[in-house]
Amino acid sequence: MLRHGYRLYIVLFFVFLAAPLIAAGLFAFNDSLFPVLPWRGFTLDWFFNDTEPKLGMFHDRRLLRGLYYSFVIASFVAMLSVFVGTCNAFLFVRHDFPAKNFFYILMVLPLVIPGVILGISILAMASNIANSVERSMGIDLELLRPGIFLVVLGQFSFITTITSLIITARLKKFDTTMEEAAYNLGASKARVLRTITLPFLRPAMIAGAIVAFLVSFENFNTTLFLVGSEAPLTITMYDRMVKVGSTPVLNAVSFFLMLGSALLALISVLVQRDNKS
Amino acid sequence: MAGSRAKDAKKLALILLFTPFALWITLLILLPHVGMMVLSLKEKVAPRVYEYGFDNYINFAQEPIYWNTLLRTGSVSLLVTLLALLIGFPVAYYIAKIAGNRTKGALFLLCLIPLWVSDLIRAFGWILLLRETGVISSALQASGLIDTPIEFLYNDATVIMGLVYTVVLFMIVPLVSTLDGMDNEMIEAGYNLGGNGFTVLRRIIIPYAMPGIVAGCIVVFMLSAGSYLTPILLGGKNSSWFTEQIYDQFISRYNWESGAAFGFVLLVFTSLVVWLGLKLSGQTLSSTVAKS
Repeated sequence: MLRHGYRLYIVLFFVFLAAPLIAAGLFAFNDSLFPVLPWRGFTLDWFFNDTEPKLGMFHDRRLLRGLYYSFVIASFVAMLSVFVGTCNAFLFVRHDFPAKNFFYILMVLPLVIPGVILGISILAMASNIANSVERSMGIDLELLRPGIFLVVLGQFSFITTITSLIITARLKKFDTTMEEAAYNLGASKARVLRTITLPFLRPAMIAGAIVAFLVSFENFNTTLFLVGSEAPLTITMYDRMVKVGSTPVLNAVSFFLMLGSALLALISVLVQRDNKS
Repeated sequence: MAGSRAKDAKKLALILLFTPFALWITLLILLPHVGMMVLSLKEKVAPRVYEYGFDNYINFAQEPIYWNTLLRTGSVSLLVTLLALLIGFPVAYYIAKIAGNRTKGALFLLCLIPLWVSDLIRAFGWILLLRETGVISSALQASGLIDTPIEFLYNDATVIMGLVYTVVLFMIVPLVSTLDGMDNEMIEAGYNLGGNGFTVLRRIIIPYAMPGIVAGCIVVFMLSAGSYLTPILLGGKNSSWFTEQIYDQFISRYNWESGAAFGFVLLVFTSLVVWLGLKLSGQTLSSTVAKS
């Protein structure tokens, strides 16, 4: 009895987890102008139709532009945060230096600072620098005004913690005798790094890049304060939701994003499994 | 000589590796926060003329709406943390200790699915389910249980449910990883010594899982107190969440000085709660969050 109750609880929990995602995805295929019941038949118009009022997502200029900006931002964030994350992993696993524990806590800290605060503090600092440069030299530093560059910096500031933790965990498992053997055989430092250590880290670096890409793609709180005229997808969707209300085209975008995430998740699982065997 | 050269190389590597770390933490975390603190102590007395003082904080303290919102954000977040722990713990325990090896991985992945979907889409899904014309209301009408549509959105219970939904997996993940490391024999020994299920849970399992519980609670509390989308979309205009006040000061009123003060208040308040939680549970930041 107790056992069945427990199992039922687990099932209910997963129904709870899935319910809003199913609702968000399913209404993309309902042949209606609003994402509500009753079901009026299956359609792909909200993806591919090219005329109003049922303008599909692949013909909606603003959504496509948002998707493009999100992609650009997420790619930069993923590259930068994996690079710094890898450096951090070597720094904390391979080296000893004074106050190491303190610096390690500093590294983890960005993860527990609310995203809104990261956003406003970076915005305030960038504007401050841009204003004083403009006043003293008369140059307008466009780069430090809200826009893609600041969004990338803002997201990078906390996503780097995530990639550092992922790559550090992997580097800790590395058997250093493998490197020593290579040195004994006369290999140079650079060569050992390139042919032994980095290939060992590759699955974690790929997984870190995927997680960074997704977290960047989804981010809203930090981005909200740093965004300029090039709005990424989440901001565009939020705008649409507030101004137009819910329309099935948002369901179509949701479905598309869930599909993309599922694909990336699958890749990261495969990459990590590949390495275990 | 060779030894000292190797030492020099090691030193050079340390400096090269430390540089990106130092640039990242100094330029994007420490300096902006110091800047925010300085900004929050400024006050505009005339166009382009500023004076330093605590006026922004005094304004905050004198306006009950502001600190009521802060207290509300804090207490609701604590409730969300507690609920996430109560709901998440059995799930984590099931995944770590009861499920077979094969289902274990699958269940763990299922838990992570919401993580791969943005906050916005999750909140959007809840809106479609819960609003007056939503799925649940129309299903209840169709089944004849109710006559008129019911609005499930825009109340505190829905906001709390939505927040628990968004954060619960950050509770489950650290719990699964600590419970995973626990030897099953410890639980068996507890039963053999005559303990019942409740004593074993209280005396053996919970103390063992404490680092995971604390880590989960810290992350969940911070995420909840810092969240913006879920309270606004599910709670409506009057959700009175503190991040909304910060946005209001910064973007709508363009009063950056006061917005920075609000941001700082939120940061200090949440850090204090986390510090208190660590003290009460006898854990440290490095034994919990930094470990996972």
